[in-house]
Amino acid sequence: MTRFAATFAKPRPALVAFITAGDGDTAANLDALVAGGADVIELGMPFTDPMADGPAIQAANLRALGKGTTTADIFAHAAAFRTRHPDTPLVLMGYANPMTIRGADWFAAECAKAGVDGVICVDIPSEEDAELGPSLRAAGVAPIRLATPTTDAARLPDVLNGAGGFLYYVSVAGITGLQQAAQASIEEAVTRLKAATDLPVAVGFGVRTPEQAAAIAKVADGVVVGSALVEIIAGHGEAAAAPLEAFTRTLADAIHGAKENAA
Amino acid sequence: MTDLPNSFRTGPDERGHFGAFGGRYVAETLMPLILDLEREYRAAQADPAFKAEFDHLLEHYVGRPSPLWLAERLTADLCASANEGFGAKIYLKREDLNHTGAHKINNCIGQILLARRMGKTRIIAETGAGQHGVATATVAALFGLPCTIFMGAVDVARQQPNVFRMKLLGAEVIAVESGAKTLKDAMNEALRHWVANVHDTFYIIGTVAGPHPYPELVRGFQSVIGNEAREQILRAEGRLPDMLIAPVGGGSNAIGLFHPFLDDAGVEIVGVEAAGEGLDRRHAASLAGGRPGILHGNKTYLLQDEDGQITEAHSISAGLDYPGIGPEHSWLHDIGRVRYEPVTDAEALASFQKLTRLEGIIPALESAHAIAAAERIAPTLGKDKVIIVNCSGRGDKDIFTVADALGVEL
Repeated sequence: MTRFAATFAKPRPALVAFITAGDGDTAANLDALVAGGADVIELGMPFTDPMADGPAIQAANLRALGKGTTTADIFAHAAAFRTRHPDTPLVLMGYANPMTIRGADWFAAECAKAGVDGVICVDIPSEEDAELGPSLRAAGVAPIRLATPTTDAARLPDVLNGAGGFLYYVSVAGITGLQQAAQASIEEAVTRLKAATDLPVAVGFGVRTPEQAAAIAKVADGVVVGSALVEIIAGHGEAAAAPLEAFTRTLADAIHGAKENAA
Repeated sequence: MTDLPNSFRTGPDERGHFGAFGGRYVAETLMPLILDLEREYRAAQADPAFKAEFDHLLEHYVGRPSPLWLAERLTADLCASANEGFGAKIYLKREDLNHTGAHKINNCIGQILLARRMGKTRIIAETGAGQHGVATATVAALFGLPCTIFMGAVDVARQQPNVFRMKLLGAEVIAVESGAKTLKDAMNEALRHWVANVHDTFYIIGTVAGPHPYPELVRGFQSVIGNEAREQILRAEGRLPDMLIAPVGGGSNAIGLFHPFLDDAGVEIVGVEAAGEGLDRRHAASLAGGRPGILHGNKTYLLQDEDGQITEAHSISAGLDYPGIGPEHSWLHDIGRVRYEPVTDAEALASFQKLTRLEGIIPALESAHAIAAAERIAPTLGKDKVIIVNCSGRGDKDIFTVADALGVEL
């Protein structure tokens, strides 16, 4: 059973926690997320031009690059994480250029070697899957696809074709960390997506509080939180692990208990 | 260079690729919209009423056709320094005479007509120096649509006259504080805004870059330059030119001039990249100094480091100051149909002054790069040869930059 399958087989929704690699003390922050109860880790690969990100994650990208974070550093973080946490799924999230610049096969092989379970590439839609997808699948790394409010029924099968890990529902047409989607629209979308795929569905973009997370967790298999965590790192710099763990725990508790509380 | 295509004019393929370049590297949120745009563009291409309205606006609003001017004094000057029997004849395609002072308006007219067809009610655009921003604000005023222009904060500070022009035209100008605060960051911010406003907003991209179908449709609207030049040179010389030269930033004026001639084997084609302070220092020559990568929706040559992080471009010409280039240029470069040559800030500055003094035409610094390449090449060609240089814009906007570079206080 893959780490994704084992995680999503648990009878409770998952917290998918995002931070940017190289921003603050990455190893300590990753440990804090796991200690706080995060079920899946998304490690952002910093990029000079993060087109899909809002101000919080843009700033995290610049902080990480400003410290000289390289792709080799990111894979070193990933490999070390895998040694410390053998069971927690680890996803790399980022943009096409840093992922493909040395060739998709190279990137996929490095992912497999470092124990990365899945990859989310923001700017490779299903139309351009050939750029990265075949290499990832051949290396046993899941290409995690994004569905959005603009993904209509006609497109959805293409988006799902070749997808793996889980389906990431971007709940707002917009960038990370800003507006929040209406709960009703999320419920409608998750129902529609789950009817179309056996993959678990995680919902993200604009989720900042335990209350929001709990509401989404009532209907989804996972909830993604990024900007709110990244802002804690922005505020605490190299000493963010303790507050990060504390906030992660409030999110994890809210999400893990959401379906019981609803029942 | 094996497997050359039968025609250089059939691209892109149905997936928006020019060979290994181009494509649609955008967030899923935007995919349905750019598929819509492609459908609407195909419908517009097949609609004689669309073409008639486009042509009408180009003639009566933009002032087309733009003249093809035989630069006799520039030609004579270059002949004087050439060996006996050498010194090609130089014609200038006068895009600087268009309304708003550059080729940019051709594309803006076309795209705002598409926006109206699609029922979009707001216009956004990115701009570097402000030329595309002014052209977009102009057509938005003409069509009565609200318009927001994204411009890097650094560019806002150094291009105040164009910022004021855009505001006079009724546009909102947003100073982009993210990243390096220049053109690429303005484009990032425009894409972010677009993703959040796809339902009512049309993004007028200013060059032959971005996701398919933008490179194709911008080329389509700019090809009026080459189509006119072809007719004009046949009238003036009774034959096709021996060479075309145009400056390339994103490359819309260049592709507009080049595309109608790509299948004419006798026409040599030269694109001019901004070599800034020199290729071993800060520059904006994506082909000479970059390598293929993915940015802003397309795969193309980019200035980047070994990890694929985008590096800053530099050129004295703000219009060439971009770390990428349109994907069709990357393809034309790789297959060898177009030759791309670098020209430095210093060379462009010298040609800016030379053309001004010899022809009474103050060229944009972008165009001055092409003039500099012509000065280099013309004396090596026979007197019977004919070159068309794209004078893509006028230089009024650049007089402050030029004064500064020459150490003159205004």
